[in-house]
Amino acid sequence: MPESLLYGTEVVLNGLMAGVLYALVALGFVLIYKASGIFNYAQGVMALFAALTLVGIMEGQIPFAHLINAMFGTELHHFGWHVPAFLAILLTMVVMVFLAWAVQKFVFRHLVNQEPIILFMATIGLAYFLEGFGDLMWGSDIKTLNVGLPQGGSFWIEENTQWLGFGNENFYGFFLDRLDIIATFIAAILVVVLVLFSQYTKQGRAMRAVADDHQAALSVGISLNFIWVMVWSVAGFVALVAGIMWGAKSGVQFSLSLIALKALPVLMLGGFTSIPGAIVGGLIIGVGEKLFEFSVGPYIGGATENWFAYVLALIFLVFRPQGLFGEKIIERV
Amino acid sequence: MKLKLVTMAVGAVMAAAPVMADLVFPSLSYRTGPYAAGGIPFADGYADYFTLLNERDGGIGGVPINMIECETGYNTQKGVECYEATKGEGALVYQPLSTGITYQLIPKATADDIPIHSMGYGRTSAANGKVFSHVFNYPGNYWNGASGAINYLLETNGDDLKGKKIALVYHNSAYGKEPIRTLEELQKKHGYDLTLLPVDHPGQEQKSQWLQIRREKPDFVLMWGWGVMNQVAIQEAANIRFPMENFIGIWWSGAEHDVLSAGDKANGYKALTFHNVGREFPVFDDIQKYVVDAGKAAGAGDQIGNVLYNRGMYAAMLAAEAAKTAQEMHGVADITSGQMRDGMEALMIDEAKMVSLGMPNFGPSFNVSCDNHGGPGLVGVTQWDAASQTWSMISDYKPTDMDVIGALIAEDSAAYAAENNIAESCN
Repeated sequence: MPESLLYGTEVVLNGLMAGVLYALVALGFVLIYKASGIFNYAQGVMALFAALTLVGIMEGQIPFAHLINAMFGTELHHFGWHVPAFLAILLTMVVMVFLAWAVQKFVFRHLVNQEPIILFMATIGLAYFLEGFGDLMWGSDIKTLNVGLPQGGSFWIEENTQWLGFGNENFYGFFLDRLDIIATFIAAILVVVLVLFSQYTKQGRAMRAVADDHQAALSVGISLNFIWVMVWSVAGFVALVAGIMWGAKSGVQFSLSLIALKALPVLMLGGFTSIPGAIVGGLIIGVGEKLFEFSVGPYIGGATENWFAYVLALIFLVFRPQGLFGEKIIERV
Repeated sequence: MKLKLVTMAVGAVMAAAPVMADLVFPSLSYRTGPYAAGGIPFADGYADYFTLLNERDGGIGGVPINMIECETGYNTQKGVECYEATKGEGALVYQPLSTGITYQLIPKATADDIPIHSMGYGRTSAANGKVFSHVFNYPGNYWNGASGAINYLLETNGDDLKGKKIALVYHNSAYGKEPIRTLEELQKKHGYDLTLLPVDHPGQEQKSQWLQIRREKPDFVLMWGWGVMNQVAIQEAANIRFPMENFIGIWWSGAEHDVLSAGDKANGYKALTFHNVGREFPVFDDIQKYVVDAGKAAGAGDQIGNVLYNRGMYAAMLAAEAAKTAQEMHGVADITSGQMRDGMEALMIDEAKMVSLGMPNFGPSFNVSCDNHGGPGLVGVTQWDAASQTWSMISDYKPTDMDVIGALIAEDSAAYAAENNIAESCN
């Protein structure tokens, strides 16, 4: 096989893996938008907050330690214990459910029937609040997240694909990061569970009913409060998964909130209301940007990925303004 | 009656004595936002050294120091706002702590007669004091960094880099592009192949760049990164099993938090430096005694000895020594920002002074002059030991290729002078 084809294949495979990671972030946006029509600007910060909370619980960090020490002159930092990863994930989910309840109770319950732009502005406020709150609660140092996920290139894949080079010494076999492979499996399971949940459970159907027409849903006895808390909790769980995957790569730090930028072209392409759309959109963006960087990047100075993702999304928008899987909205006057 | 007389006499003396204002050192820090992990230790080091001088020595030349901290969030606009908000307080010198903020402040501070010290960042050609009268970037700049890295590679490769492949992974910004011209000039001289690999902000996703490195197999990788880009690059290098001892970062890519998240795999990674690392210096004992133990530390006191804490403390020490020089030059304790500028331009740092300050071999010896606001450009190399989680210096401060760098500085500063109608001169 020609060298360029081998390397191109490797780039496509890695693009698919990167796309899955983008899709993980985009899923959180889709869930909330689908159920409440809110474009949640705070989704990236939720991933950061979830990851900070997870590391804090695992490391036995005392929440608000800096604040307590500054106020009372104490020297508190850690409880002195370590919590196993699985238990810490469960406890973090409890925190995210509480956060969902608080967001609903103190912010969005008071904004029912407001214009979408008002709701969007509220999520911007929420993002800044949550970032500062996370800083105050857990500190702003970079934290190492170790939940036992393997990292680094897979030797097995390298060794078993080396023959594709047919004796080419420059080809070492395909590089695939084990963390990306695991992220792909987790994302696949997550999507299947979410689709099954929204299609085949009572709460899932209620969620879709609220998304279609919340006043009609209310009239048949569906509790809006419950559904919205549930949706924000599920989005919190998705944020936690995204936070774990991205945090394992770079450590848990405040720039984690910027991963939301990676989800925007995915949403534009896949549509704001489709769970499979988020996945397919993520894969197209991941592969597209990596292939463009590989084939065109060297001729135009590189660093094309950030802007090319948006160009790709815009090209799709020209032909399908609602995104690949988005709902076509027809308003009759 | 006697008491009344004494009181009146004391009052008269106090009224006659000149009013001593504080020496104001603003700190444009960033303790929040995506870059806080780097901003906090620097700000702590900067603040703690001034607190030490206040607590131990009663300030500088008997005048207390007032350090005003202003949060920039590493945002250029906020940095300029901080400058405008604090300059009226009698600010003596600014450490903008960001290349973007430095570029914005150069014309403003020059017009306001306030010096800027952009130590190891900012506009490199500001080393030419005949054009940039109020900007100082001693003891080293990015072009010294680029040359220092090449010199180190020459030294460790039998003085021959001909045919070797060097890749530069850089933050795709004005900062990240700084070393390119120098590396290209040095490429002509030493005959290595240079591959440029830009990484877009913030640098969370670098798979393409590291797949290219895996394909092209450079002998050495240099990095001009900042923030999350550093941690991801080191992790990705480990993922493709790139030998860490052949991976060298600039001084903004060589702190503890840059390597810790990669764990043991970061062992052997190297970074350039213009100051020493670790906490085995007598000055830290004084900081512990007079600042931390007295409950006056800027942070939790747990950053002492960290690379960026040391850098912040070193910056404060250089500011304090320049203020002392200015006091001696002008014969007044309560100096103005213009006098501070003069002090910076006449600053002399030698090993005897460093020893007396409790910082033996903490930084290079150098003299500043109108011709040279950039110092000697000596560059050292540090290496990370993952087992002990410490950096250590593996190469002392060594000279860089000033033939190449000097010409580039002259060219760039001349262009700036022409654009801004500045006539080269010395005060």
